[in-house]
Amino acid sequence: MSDDNVWILGTYMTKFGRHVDRDLIDLASEAAMGAMSDGDVTIHDIEVLGCGSLFNSQAGVGQQLQKQIGQTGIPVYNVANACATGATALRTAYLTIKAGEADMGLAVGVEQMGKGGLLGSGGKGDRARKEYVPKGRYGSVMQVEGLLGTGLMPGVFAQAGMEYAYEHGGVGFEQFAKVAEKNHAHSTLNPLAHYQKEFSLDEIMNAEMMSYPNTLLMCCPNTDGAAAAVLVSEERLRAMSKEQQQRAVKISASVLTTDPWTERAQVQPDVNTLTRNAAQKAYDIAGVDPNDLDLVELHDCFATAELIHYDNLMLCEPGGAGEWIDKRGPWRDGETPVNVSGGLISKGHPIGATGIANIYEVATHLRGEAGDRQIQNAKVGLTHVIGLGSACGVHILERSSLASRR
Amino acid sequence: MGKQVPIVDYLVIDDGTPHLVAWESTESGALYFDRRNADAKSGTTGFRRRELGRDGVVRSFTIVQRGVPGIPVPYVSALVDLDGGGSVKGNVVNCPADPDHVSLGMRVRLTTYVAGTDDDGTEAVAFAFEPVG
Repeated sequence: MSDDNVWILGTYMTKFGRHVDRDLIDLASEAAMGAMSDGDVTIHDIEVLGCGSLFNSQAGVGQQLQKQIGQTGIPVYNVANACATGATALRTAYLTIKAGEADMGLAVGVEQMGKGGLLGSGGKGDRARKEYVPKGRYGSVMQVEGLLGTGLMPGVFAQAGMEYAYEHGGVGFEQFAKVAEKNHAHSTLNPLAHYQKEFSLDEIMNAEMMSYPNTLLMCCPNTDGAAAAVLVSEERLRAMSKEQQQRAVKISASVLTTDPWTERAQVQPDVNTLTRNAAQKAYDIAGVDPNDLDLVELHDCFATAELIHYDNLMLCEPGGAGEWIDKRGPWRDGETPVNVSGGLISKGHPIGATGIANIYEVATHLRGEAGDRQIQNAKVGLTHVIGLGSACGVHILERSSLASRR
Repeated sequence: MGKQVPIVDYLVIDDGTPHLVAWESTESGALYFDRRNADAKSGTTGFRRRELGRDGVVRSFTIVQRGVPGIPVPYVSALVDLDGGGSVKGNVVNCPADPDHVSLGMRVRLTTYVAGTDDDGTEAVAFAFEPVG
């Protein structure tokens, strides 16, 4: 394993939204070619491809992409890891470079969600004849969704947020809604976001209730989109142009965790422990303190989720997530800006793309190329995704110090 | 009355007052509702059946307004920490489904109801929780 760092040479994301006139490979191609163009390299420089597309994980999306952008015979890894699929695709390229098997890799995440409805409702369609026969590991005789609690995503993450409210004071419906107020406001500065519309706290709290306390405006939409990144070894980067070196962003930590055994996680996914473990490991590897972070893109699939990750990522005082949003700590002009892209709530959540789109966002700020939404003088940023099941990816990125900047 | 079966095999309806049972690891004491190949905490394979308490505390809840077809909304889904050990997810019933009537830390007790009848007339009995006091 090489001690050298791995760098992001180029990155790109498509406009997130509904792309009814384009197919999955159109979106993946745009992102892949965009990232290579951004890094000023071609498909012939790429030695490994990591491709993430959760709902098409058996379709060989990586190879389908090669057919459109260049069949060079390199290894392709098609990965699926719930909502951490994109981060996992990135890590396949990262690890290949770390292992010394390649100097340059491409990671692509893509998803077409369409109008997918609520995720997590399980299988549909019963047997034609209704007969109560115990099936599966729980010996259930019928679908239990809604009868033995809920496993639908808005409810699962509502329960995760309410559990935090139970354990710590100062958290209620209003604090959760404030998260969505912030992210919708942030999205107005991001032309690539699915929705770019500001909403008042009242509008958010009075929107259609999905699963208390998550209203419709506190849930991420189903979105189509793709994102990609070109990764390069430090040795190779040193031989590249001054401009490529200046724009390159260092991956100071790349961590993937799963959920360790915890008692209550048998009935409700524990999204906290694996996030805390990933964050702590990433901070240790990078030698970065949470206070050093200039911006964070975290996994706000629901407003209730974002709030608890303030604590899990150690951005606020332990137990103080409610107080932190009350004092506007995560706003773009606050203590540590969180989800200045608009987050999943406004930008959208094309599952396979999300874990690379947040890399795109942070890298773009570190390069000073984020336009109207630029966080001034950003030097260090963190990205976080979590997929139920569970998998958590955390990356810490730092502005280039390879080449002096003017 | 036709035959009755529990909706899941960790609900016991034919041995006194209806209650939940779990698989308990003989090594670590970890509790599971589903069949396990080994204990996810210790990696060992010894299990015994353990009867769980009927009373507990609402540790978290949500009120589902948009659910799956065929299930009336709103309903309350809750995570309940059972007295004596074990956590379970279930609906809170016999209580208005609004945040003024359901609260974190609320004490609840297991209850059962018939969730459906199949083509042979067999009834599926489900469990839920209701407020105590």
